[in-house]
Amino acid sequence: MANFLVWVVWFGAAFACLASALAVVGFSNPFYSALALIGNLASLAVLFLLLSGEFVAAGQVLVYGGAVMVMFLFVIAYLGDRTDESPWSGGPTWQAVGAVLAGAALLAEVCVVVGLKAGGFLEKPAHVGRPFGSPESIGRLFLTDHLLAFEVTSIVLLVAAVGGVVLGSHARQELESDARP
Amino acid sequence: MHGPDIQWYVILAALLFSTGALGVMVRRNPLIILLSVEIMLNAANLLLIAFARLHGREDGQIFAISVMAVAASEVVVGLGMIVAMGRRNVELDVDKLRTLRG
Repeated sequence: MANFLVWVVWFGAAFACLASALAVVGFSNPFYSALALIGNLASLAVLFLLLSGEFVAAGQVLVYGGAVMVMFLFVIAYLGDRTDESPWSGGPTWQAVGAVLAGAALLAEVCVVVGLKAGGFLEKPAHVGRPFGSPESIGRLFLTDHLLAFEVTSIVLLVAAVGGVVLGSHARQELESDARP
Repeated sequence: MHGPDIQWYVILAALLFSTGALGVMVRRNPLIILLSVEIMLNAANLLLIAFARLHGREDGQIFAISVMAVAASEVVVGLGMIVAMGRRNVELDVDKLRTLRG
């Protein structure tokens, strides 16, 4: 019974995930695309929970669904709707046809490689205890085995913050120097 | 592990990744290209966590958290560039952005 329930939840989350990913690509209004991406991230968090990645699921909802998407929505609202692009109107261009073909080729490639290489050693999943994926064990791993990755991540975030400030201040200076003469 | 085996997760991640790649190739609005890149990164995250569960080790989850941090940095820089473009009243269309000077 529990197994059946897990399958139901998995299929629901997987369907929501794929449908919202297609919606992100398909909507012509970027605001709706960003809202669809929030649904995509939430259903991925459900899948992470099924894989007993509790801390990652919480981080997904907080960092991605919260912080990153709010930033996206702010920028989209700030810029307004200034593109009248709708990808599926006016018939397919050669570029769109080529992109669909390339995407299909990528999908087939991944499936073939997985079927060939991973067919043999996809053994039964290991048995894991309750603390697997809990904040406690992830935190311990971060501060022991993966301390370097932790520090490098903090430097990457710092550099990105500095980059954001520099990009913003450049734009302001140019705007002022354009307005002066 | 109750429920689906690893193959299901691999297929789902492949579908998600190709959807994101399709968005990057088809769309011309840089905002939606950034959103599609997020979908691709999340497909990779799903695989990392699925294989972490398969092998019973948490290192894959550490990788997934690092990927999240990198994605956040990428969004900060990408949105900064898009806002800079928007302030100069450049049309947001990657096919029409032929020069990226200063």
